[in-house]
Parts: sequence; C-alpha cells; structure tokens
Amino acid sequence: MAVTITVNGQDHTLDLDPRVTLLDALRDHLHLTGSKKGCDHGQCGACTVLLNGRRVNSCLCLAVMHDGDEVTTIEGLAEGGPSPLQEAFVAHDGMQCGYCTPGQICSATAMLDEVAAGWPSHVSASLDCPVELTHDELAERMSGNLCRCSCYPGINAAITEVARRGKTEATE
Amino acid sequence: MTIEMKIDGPETVNRTDDMAQGVLGRDSARPDGLAKATGRATYAAEAHPEGMLHGVLRRAPGIGAVRCPNLEAVRAMPGVRAVLRDARMVRNAAQGMADEAPVQGVDEAAYVGQPIALVVAETFEQARHAAQRLEVAIERTDLPIDPDAVEPEVPEAKQSSQGDLDAAMRNAALTIDADYTTSSMNSAAMEPHAAVAEWDGTTLTLRGALQMLRFNRNELADSVGLSAEHVRILAPYVGGGFGSKLGISADCVAAALAAMELGQPVRVVQHRRNVFEVNTRRSETRQRIRLAADADGRLIGLGHEALVSNLPEETFAEPVVQASHFAYPGAARTLGIRIARIHRPAAGSVRAPGEAVGVTASEVAMDELAYAAGVDPVELRLRNIPEEDPERGVPFSSHRLKAALLDGAERFGWSGRPMAPRQRREGEWWIGTGMAAAFRVNMVVEAQARIRLHGAGAVVETDMTDIGTGSYAIFQQVAAELLGLPLAQTEVRLGDTALPPGSGSGGSVGAASTGTAVWLAAMELRRQIAARLGCDEAELTLKDGTATAGNTRQDLADILSGAELTGTGHVKPGDAAEKVRQATYGAHFAEVAVNDVTGEVRMRRMQGTFSAGRILNRRTARSQCHGGMIWGIGMALTETMTHDRRDGHVVNRDLAEYHVPVNADVPPLDVHLLEERDPWAGPMQAKGIGELGICGAAGAILNAIHHACGARLRDFPATPDRVLAALE
Repeated sequence: MAVTITVNGQDHTLDLDPRVTLLDALRDHLHLTGSKKGCDHGQCGACTVLLNGRRVNSCLCLAVMHDGDEVTTIEGLAEGGPSPLQEAFVAHDGMQCGYCTPGQICSATAMLDEVAAGWPSHVSASLDCPVELTHDELAERMSGNLCRCSCYPGINAAITEVARRGKTEATE
Repeated sequence: MTIEMKIDGPETVNRTDDMAQGVLGRDSARPDGLAKATGRATYAAEAHPEGMLHGVLRRAPGIGAVRCPNLEAVRAMPGVRAVLRDARMVRNAAQGMADEAPVQGVDEAAYVGQPIALVVAETFEQARHAAQRLEVAIERTDLPIDPDAVEPEVPEAKQSSQGDLDAAMRNAALTIDADYTTSSMNSAAMEPHAAVAEWDGTTLTLRGALQMLRFNRNELADSVGLSAEHVRILAPYVGGGFGSKLGISADCVAAALAAMELGQPVRVVQHRRNVFEVNTRRSETRQRIRLAADADGRLIGLGHEALVSNLPEETFAEPVVQASHFAYPGAARTLGIRIARIHRPAAGSVRAPGEAVGVTASEVAMDELAYAAGVDPVELRLRNIPEEDPERGVPFSSHRLKAALLDGAERFGWSGRPMAPRQRREGEWWIGTGMAAAFRVNMVVEAQARIRLHGAGAVVETDMTDIGTGSYAIFQQVAAELLGLPLAQTEVRLGDTALPPGSGSGGSVGAASTGTAVWLAAMELRRQIAARLGCDEAELTLKDGTATAGNTRQDLADILSGAELTGTGHVKPGDAAEKVRQATYGAHFAEVAVNDVTGEVRMRRMQGTFSAGRILNRRTARSQCHGGMIWGIGMALTETMTHDRRDGHVVNRDLAEYHVPVNADVPPLDVHLLEERDPWAGPMQAKGIGELGICGAAGAILNAIHHACGARLRDFPATPDRVLAALE
C-alpha cells in the first residue's frame, strides 16, 4: 500500500506491507534508527515519536494508517543542532546505555507541552488548575518510558532544568 | 611496544596522582552522550547491509522431543527463504566467559521457550507471520521444574566449613536461624538481543548485542564451526546487558548459520518475550541463614546455605554466599551452595551475581540480629567488622565499611531513629527506615588496549564494550590524563574484535581491568616521548598537548614531528588475590511508607554511600550506583519471574507483567562516593563499582518495611499480598 508520511519535515512516499508498524517504517524503510524497538508491545516507550505534535508509541501504530500525518523523530529534534532536552540529557547523565534515551527525550518534549497546556495527570490535585512540574508530576508523566539502567534521577534533573529554563524564558 | 603487568602486589608509587591534566576522576560527560541523545548511536539491529533478510525465532511450547509437521508448507509461504532447524543452534545463551559454544540442538526442548527453528524471509513481517504458522509438536517428557522437588547436587568445591556451627548456635546468647527466598529475575535490558550476520565465503561479520567480545568471538566460532580468525564481531553500542549479554546468544548463532547457508546478510532480533526465556535469568534462591552472637551482638558463628537452580549441563550456580566468606566474623562458619537441576530457562549471571541476592538476605538477617540484641543496626555492623579475612586469615586490601556506614548514617539522618517498629503513622501509611551494608568482591580480568598517538591527539582502541557503564568516558579520561591531552583530542574506539582484546563488560571488571590496560598503553607512550626528549619518564610532565622536562618545554606535535607512536598495555591478574581479600563496600539507607489497608509499599527516599577505590568518573559512577539502588527497589518490591507450576514456563515474560521500576517508583536518591585508593588494585588503584549499588539495597528496604509496620518479611519481593498477610 502506498502511504505518504511527513517525517521531520520531509515527505516520504512508501509502498508498504499493511503489517508494517510506524516504528518499522522509520527504522527499516527510512533508516531512521534513532527510534528504538524495546518491546514491540507498547510497554516500554523506547519507540516514542511525535505524531502531529503528540507523543505516541510508534510500535503500536500501523504505518498505513498515517497517510498525511506529520512525524517528528529524535533525529528531527536535533535538526539545526541538538535541542535543549538533548543537551540537558547529556549534561545530567540522563542516560547510560542510551537505548531508551530517544524515547525519553521525545516523550519529555511532548510532556512539557502537555504541562504548558495544563493537562492534568493521575497525581494532579485538580483537573483544571495550572500544573506545577513537581517531582511527583514529572515522575508520573514520564512513567511510560522505562529505563532499565535506571537513570531516572538524571532524566528528571535534565527535564526539570529545561522546564525551568523554558518558564524563565516565557516570563521574560 | 607493550607494557605487561601482572597484579601481584601493592602499587606503592601511585604515579596516577602525579599526572597533570586533571581530568581523571572528574565529573565528566560521556563522549558518546550526544550520539545517544540524538539517535545517531547505532545498536546491533540497526545496520542495513544490501540484501538483508529477516529471521524470526520459533520457540518450543513444551518440554520434550520436537517435530515441525508443516515445515514444508511454511517454506512455501510468501517471501520465506528458509526454515532453519540446524543442530548447531544453541539451547540458551552461553555463560559469561564460557569461550566455547553453549549446549546446542533443536530436536529436544529442555525448557519451554527454547528456540527450535529460525524462519527467514525477505521482510520482517513475512518472517514473523511464517514463524507463527510453523507448527511445533512436542512429545512431552515429564522433567522436574520445581527446585524444591528434586534432590539437589552438592558440589564439594562449593561447600566450606570451619569450627562447629551447631555448637556455636547452642552456646550463643543470641541466635537467628531463618529461611529467606528470592525470586527468579530477569535482566530485561532495554535493547532486545539482536544480530546482523554477513558471510563473504571466508569471514563471518556479526553485529551483536554482546558484552564480552573476545569470548563471544570464540563462542560464535565454536558454535558454527569456524576458526576464530574468520569471525569478527562489532558492538560499538550495546543497549544494556546486566549479564544477559555476557555469552553468545541464540539470535547470533541462528543469524550466522542462516547467513552462511543463504549467502545473504540475515538479521535476527529476539522478541521481548524471547528475551525473558532464551537468555539467562537470575536463579531463584532459598537461603538458610544462621547467626550466632554474644549478648552484645558480636558474631561467633555464621551459616549461609543456599539452594539455587539451573538446567542440566550449565556450569553456573548463583554464588549466593560469595560475600559471606568475608563480610562478617565468626570462628564457626558453614557456607554452601546446592544446585537443583530443573527445566526452567537457563540461569546465569545477572548484575552482581551472588551478592545481589546473598548480601540482601544476610542483611535482613543482620537486622533481625540487631533487634534480638537491642542494638542499633548501624552499631551492630560496626561491632562486626572483621580485622582480616575471617576464613583465609589474609589482610583486606582496604576496608571502608566503617567509613561508609558512618557517612551514610550522617547524610541520611539516622541518629535518633527510634529502634522500635510502628512508631510513625501518616493516615493509612506506616513510615519507617532501614539500612543494610553493601559488599561486593573485586576482580581483575586479563585485558589489552592500544593507543595511537599522533600530532592531533590520541586514539584508544580495544574490543571492550560500553554497555552504558561509561567505558568511552573513562578510557578517554585515563588516556588524556596520562598523555596530557584535552578530552576532545582523545578518541575512544570500542566494540570491534579487530582491536586488541579487552576484558569485556561484566562482574564490575571493565573500568578497572581494561582501564588499567589503557593506563599501561599510555605509560608506554610516555616512555617513548621521554626517550625522544632524552629524559626519564618520571621527569616528564604532559599537559594540554605540551611536554615539560627539566627546563625545556615543547609541543607534543613538534616532538612527534609527523610520526605516529603506538603503545599497548596488557594487564593480567596475578597472585594479589591470594595475598589479600579485595572487595568494595557501602551502606544503604531507605525510608518507606507501608499502607496499612492495602499492603502497598512506597519508597520515600534512599541514601547510598559507596567506596570502590579511585573513582574514575564521578558522573558515570554515580549513575551506576543509582542504577544498582533502583534495581534494589525492583528486587524488594516488584520483580519476580513467575514459573508455571506444570511446565516451568515464564508466565510473565514481557514488560507489562514483569515489573521493573518505572520513574514513579523511584524516590529522590542520594549517592555519595568516598575517596579511596586501593594499592592492590593496580596502578590506578581503582575497583569496580557497577554492581556494588545493588548489593544489599533490597535488604535495606525490607528492613525499613519492618521498622515501619512491624512485619518481618523474608521473601523477596514484598508484594502487597505478602505485606498484607504479614501485617495481619
């Protein structure tokens, strides 16, 4: 089946077996291997990409269902230089083996937008108050991304720093 | 030129501290970090050689003789190129440092999940579909799967006894005699095992997810019937290992066989559900611990006897009592390991084999002794620090348990803790604190490394891997420190068997063993530079690309004048390990909340203080300790592989059902690394730290649960059902 997907700002028309997941389309057909396959089951978050700006597990998406959609991968976030989150993950050692890292960073990128938009989480005090990115809020919102090296302290420090910086810039 | 060194005695000169660049030991970023953060780091499955085919493993659904009745029909399916049922395919991954093929064969399934066929097709989707269509008929054999239901092997070499423990137990003022159990566990590294094999008619090139390449090369060569010089393995990035990638795995051998048969590159990636079966798990353990102490809690006798399991023909037995040989005193001692031969998936090394489960259980027993004696748990440990190895009578190379205990207690705010349990309640939650000591043996493994020095900088080369442990960062720092180069001018190339053989990653040996080889290679280059300047190496100061000797100062590039110098280092273990007892030490402190209604346990905070000789990179070392402590949270609260009672199959073989800690399970952690130099650890005086953080961590958590709610749990993990039952 033919499908056209915009990946990192570039249109790609692919002729795909309908069984091909979005993740495999990225990794095996476009050779964008930054998105990782950890479980192929939507259980680990390593395959997280931004689909029309929102985070999804790309292993749970069939590629042919995304004709006309816009996908941003970890490679896309680094276009024009590494993003603040990518730099902060290095600075705070938010990684060890690095295999979950692209998913963590894509997830965190969208998560900060969700917080800015005031989306509540399971641990939010109310459904309509502005969200403050406390340790509990951050940990809850990032718990779909497993890290077996267990770099959560570094991951959280990196995200917190970028969130704080973003907030400062927004008020300036 | 090569400098060879055997670690036979203490390093008295400490040349490392004479160096001028000031980068070793620093909190310094991973040079591979940005590649990982931007998706440019490529792991095993991410090569796409021209014409690559896709292989999917088919598993045995039962134990017994295997037949595939519709094999020909599957061969005829769209895109299918081969259905391999090759007798050279491996039953399970090789054990660490096996250096030869593991048990092979596809006609008899020894456990549920054993790979018995590889289906190769033009696309991954075709291969997966065809593999699912392949029927597997099992002529079922009833083989034991319950470790408690068989007569275990009692290997003589794994039993030791001194004095009369029974008499000590009879005569002691205080005794503890209890059974502790730990669960079958899985490494569950984020990157599933994967291989891309290419065969050019002479040489087999394999990109693999492997930890110890120099052994893996021999294991792969032996498995497929090639000589090792015709096998090359590449693993520049490995997505975590924790022991599960120590030995050659089923995907590697199957991919290699298929590539050799079909003459095209073949990729095989283990599905996450294969990962839980065909690699090695941590054995479940049943541990009887006996402590005999005087009225002040000073040990006079100690028993630690464990039952572990493994498949027939596997040499590995979880070395549960490894640290009990030296951790605590007591003239009467009985230690031993028994092995139940059962047909659950193979057991092997998982992060800190031995201590991860053994220290954890014995630290709960020590907590019980503290309560029996009415002595503060930190004080009880302080009273029981042996002056020398209590079994071998040799000195410790260095011993920083006391310092770690005191530092940790101070940082955690331990003093003033009420001894009695059930003293603090917040709503439905009981709050409590607990602690444990950490012990881990330290080892040196033979390793080689080469450094090429040219005008623009240095290139470090070894087949050593970086599985997230920080090898790239640490070797860069070691070479830059000795050669007086900025980090940016020091490149590190790893993970290629064409390079000098390093130690491999495993057993916390990587940084210190291969790092020492890098150190020796750099020392050799310093001698060559000194020779060019006509001075003694010890008079040479190298810093920021310049060399100073006496009154002369010259740019390194000018000294080399276009030449490239090469130095090689080669370290081997010597008899130091016989002269002293060498280990790493630490202390864990934990605060937990236990729900009185549901039995749920939430972590509040954890503190770890660790001592492991010179810390080579504070940032990567801290991350390793975080990792170990968080693994401790998993072991204490959630991680357990459930084996079906009928056939031993792993019931919860994915990440939705096997619960590794997620972000929300982890409280704020504080890690403090003590300054230490262990002269018996070679010229860097550094020891391994990758596994120390898990040793005992789960014990601190179970001790905190006891302090919170009064429930003494002896079975790991403390899941809500167990906590609730203990509360009532």
